[in-house]
Amino acid sequence: MSDEHGGIFDGLIGAESAQWAFGTDFEDPLAGVDTTVPDGVDHTELAEYCLMLGDDALIMSQRLTEWCSRAPDLEEDIALANIALDLLGQARLLLARAAAADPGLLPALPEGSPVPAEDALAFFRDAGQFRNVRLAEVANGDFGHVVVRLLLFSVARLALLERLRASSDTVLAAVAAKGVKEVTYHRDWAARWFLTLAQGTEESCHRVVTALSALWPLQPELVATHPVELSLARAGVGVDPATTRGEVDAVLDQVLAVSGVARPDHPPLEGGGRTGTHTEDFADLLAEMQMVARAHPSGRW
Amino acid sequence: MTTAAEPEAEERLRAAFEATIARNDRIEPRDWMPDAYRRTLVRQIAQHAHSEIIGMQPEGEWIGRAPSLRRKAILLAKVQDEAGHGLYLYSACETLGVSRAELTGLLLAGKQKYSSIFNYPTLSYADVGTIGWLVDGAAICNQVPLCRTSYGPYGRAMIRICKEESFHQRQGYELLMTMMRGTDAQRAMVQESVDRFWWPALMMFGPPDAESTNSARSMAWGVKRNSNDELRQRFVDMTVPQADALGVTLPDPDLRWNDERGHHDFGEPDWAEFAAVVRGDGPCNAQRLRHRQAAHDDGAWVREAASAFASRSAQAGAR
Repeated sequence: MSDEHGGIFDGLIGAESAQWAFGTDFEDPLAGVDTTVPDGVDHTELAEYCLMLGDDALIMSQRLTEWCSRAPDLEEDIALANIALDLLGQARLLLARAAAADPGLLPALPEGSPVPAEDALAFFRDAGQFRNVRLAEVANGDFGHVVVRLLLFSVARLALLERLRASSDTVLAAVAAKGVKEVTYHRDWAARWFLTLAQGTEESCHRVVTALSALWPLQPELVATHPVELSLARAGVGVDPATTRGEVDAVLDQVLAVSGVARPDHPPLEGGGRTGTHTEDFADLLAEMQMVARAHPSGRW
Repeated sequence: MTTAAEPEAEERLRAAFEATIARNDRIEPRDWMPDAYRRTLVRQIAQHAHSEIIGMQPEGEWIGRAPSLRRKAILLAKVQDEAGHGLYLYSACETLGVSRAELTGLLLAGKQKYSSIFNYPTLSYADVGTIGWLVDGAAICNQVPLCRTSYGPYGRAMIRICKEESFHQRQGYELLMTMMRGTDAQRAMVQESVDRFWWPALMMFGPPDAESTNSARSMAWGVKRNSNDELRQRFVDMTVPQADALGVTLPDPDLRWNDERGHHDFGEPDWAEFAAVVRGDGPCNAQRLRHRQAAHDDGAWVREAASAFASRSAQAGAR
């Protein structure tokens, strides 16, 4: 019963994992990368900055994965999974970078626990220790909601990553260079769907405008400055989000104008995720995301 | 197309079709084919496509709870691959003249089936590994011969699908291997998962040959290449050494090597259970269809908006 595709059965046991381009058992996402912190940069600040960028990506990704098997069509299911995978990849690099820069950030785990640093940060921190913006964490709504959330998020993140490519930190510069290509697609996907829904039917227009109103108060947090961001921007390592504000506004105005949607006028929501103040929805997200890992603090996955 | 041909012309076309099958060549979308061949293919490819789409659910449940970021990425990419497989297979079906929307309607109306295995629940993260190892492993045994199936678009889709499935199987096995190197609780979780999935995996090859209603003609047409029992035996023989290497016990007291046959003997799956799950009375049948129906209904306004936008843009372009 052999046939030309029978080779597919071979090699599950005792095979060389070298047949896969990167092996199968790699654990450190920064393996082989120069992780030296540039001179004169405060390690704890760099770590906290990486957490901000990494948590944004991780929590956005987590919300996007909830769409898996629930999208309006197969093509959009695949697109949303792609975007979630890109952001998850960015999160892994940034969390690993945060842990390498300041091992003091790592939550306590049982002695000998094999849990890698990126996972210790993702699964064993409590809500107050996360640094992501609240836009990333609020509960999902309808498809219009995910389109608006991603539009606001990716417009700001792209403007930031474009500038971060010039970071004197080689890891951040590399993450940004890769991320720019990815987030360019995310922004394009979101903008095209925003236009489609705004100009589609009466119902779709109503839904997308409703989502925009609901999420608009969370937009300013994306372009607000945290002291760590300012300090690292001065050191040539980070980007002050306030410097992207003009570009972010211009891009959003352009998308809104071509879609025929008025710019909302809601005031920003007080408080902020960058200092660890989160929403009620965030507790549910973390409970889901962390439940298996926390049940097995010495587990090997 | 069968409709327009005169009786004599149809005889010639049928002879050409039979000759193509006999040569083990491919039938292509524009070739003449008997109506029954077309119907059989639509039924089989649609069932396969639906299985990929419904199959996103049991594992998709665990993406949000994946216990490491690496595992989350692997699982998300895998479930995304399944959506992709559904897409190629619906496209292969469209070459036979049936649209994706029509097929989705038949699935939701319960008029077309999907693989019964997805009507079993996923209860722990080990199930993600077990589904990769046993369920994808069984699917590969079923599907590799289909790479040589007589209908071209189906065979070509299957080549790509099998490559991805074999990657999924390897990832599933690697997860279980890693968990077996972990804590006692993790090892127990793996064994418990294998206990639940072993028999349903054996049922994936369908009823015994003597009771398989669709098999004979599908074999004659080269749509199907091996019998259910042959494939089931191949799967058992392939899996036993993998279970040993993993360090788990397969839950079948009758499982042993038979020197005379050169194969493993094994027990009989519970065919009454199989019949019940196929009939719609499995643990998750209603839940799986409800989930798909909800996604379909929730997305209706988006699909309408996209159509409205596209036709408006086309009109604007024409002006």
